[in-house]
Amino acid sequence: MKNNMLELLQTYWPLVLEGFGITLLSSIIALIASLIIGTLMGILQLVPNKLISSLADIYVEFFRNIPLLVIVMFFYVAVPMMGLNLTGFQAGTIGLTIYTSSFIADNIRAGIQSIPDGQMEAGLSQGFTRSQSMRYIILPQAVRAVTPPLGNQFINLVKNSSILAMVGGFDLMYYADFIAMETFNTFDTYILIALFYLIITIPLTLLVKRLEVYFNVEVDITDA
Amino acid sequence: MNYLKKVILLLSAIILTFTLAGCRQERPENAIAERIENQNEPTIRWGVKADTNLFGQYSVAEGEIIGFDIDMAKAITDIMTDGQGTPEFVEVTSKTRIPLLTNGNIDAIIATMTISAERAEEVNFSKVYFNGGQNLLVAEDSPINGIDDLTGDDTVIAIKGSTSAQNFREIKPEVNVVDLENYSEGFVALQAGQGEALTTDNAILLGMVDTNPNFRLAGENFTVEPYGIAIDKSETDFQEKVNSAIEEIVASGLYDEIYTKWFGEFLPNENAGAELVPVNDWVNNNVYSEGGEGIIAGAESINEALKTFRENASQEESGEE
Repeated sequence: MKNNMLELLQTYWPLVLEGFGITLLSSIIALIASLIIGTLMGILQLVPNKLISSLADIYVEFFRNIPLLVIVMFFYVAVPMMGLNLTGFQAGTIGLTIYTSSFIADNIRAGIQSIPDGQMEAGLSQGFTRSQSMRYIILPQAVRAVTPPLGNQFINLVKNSSILAMVGGFDLMYYADFIAMETFNTFDTYILIALFYLIITIPLTLLVKRLEVYFNVEVDITDA
Repeated sequence: MNYLKKVILLLSAIILTFTLAGCRQERPENAIAERIENQNEPTIRWGVKADTNLFGQYSVAEGEIIGFDIDMAKAITDIMTDGQGTPEFVEVTSKTRIPLLTNGNIDAIIATMTISAERAEEVNFSKVYFNGGQNLLVAEDSPINGIDDLTGDDTVIAIKGSTSAQNFREIKPEVNVVDLENYSEGFVALQAGQGEALTTDNAILLGMVDTNPNFRLAGENFTVEPYGIAIDKSETDFQEKVNSAIEEIVASGLYDEIYTKWFGEFLPNENAGAELVPVNDWVNNNVYSEGGEGIIAGAESINEALKTFRENASQEESGEE
């Protein structure tokens, strides 16, 4: 079996490499964009303004509760019909960003809410404004609480990027299907491709672990 | 103890199933032909598709399966039994049709089945009744009129793992191909402009054109995949009856009538029946003989032959006037 996988790699390495590059690129773009959008939405969910917070709520609940495939197909098929041409890669990455950002928003919201109300009150009593208390007191503590679940979201994001295969995005999974169909050796092909996903996800896992350690150096104020 | 009993029962059931599946009943020779001769009102059981638009599709409005295959089967039954027999239609899929035929559950398969050398080892085929082949589906206003109009700038949508995707890559390696999951996804992607054309068998493309008139086929087929009626190897007399019925249908012009009824709108062709003659010759030379040209290489020669055929036919017509 090992030989078979090596043979596959020998024959198809240009395709596998191209797919790997696309998967990596799509994951990095979606990761950065979804982190920004997700954090923003998470904070907006908690602002006192009812209109803004419920709009953010709608965004999060809507995209969190529909299949990723539906979002991606919308951008691949429906949006071009309205006149904006998107390739499979673009449609897939946008869909991935929106989908993941809704989960990240929820993690961020929960992280902020996990900080006791007393912290905000303490900040206000010391003459901080609401946004200052948020910026200097609440968020630094929330980051610590949020790091492990965010790590999960990032790993899911890399794996979910295989949705690009459904819309002709030429990622790892697309080429996996292609190689499997051509060689009829689905099992070895998929294992080979899984190894390439691990090349991205394992370092990502280690990075998240490092971050957890890094943020936990200080004494946990919430318990003090 | 109870558990053990169940396991033994299950095991013996499995073994029994496999043994039963293993012993294939010996069929009497030419039973169907005999039935047609001896019975006053014989029934011919045809295996047909019920999910293929234009060829064999269940119509809710009419409460029965309708299509080109169905009309052909009705006409053949009529001729074979002098109008006394009734055709009975049994729904089959690509997977079930050959087992159902060899079991004797159906008498013949008329279900968009391509004549191929591999299949000809398992079943016998009648003469060609439809000139199938791979083609391109393009928008009505597209500048593409055939496979040669495609360049390296174009993208063609194909279906993952299909032979049509492989064929296309072989013929036009310089054109970009995007493989999508299935026909419906491929078709919406074409509508959305994700590719210039969609490629697969013309029979499936015709079905799409039928429901979406903003699309058309682009020129000649670029592979040859002729459809035949499959008949069990033990039924050679029945096969001869079917063949002569097809010949009669073509000669009487009934074939052209049926063809126009189903495809006239998209593939106007007054000589559709006559054109089956060169296709049949091609099948004899390429499918049944070793070292034939094969499906892809033969497309050009058959299209040339058809062109000459058409030119001659139109000359004859104008000569008469």
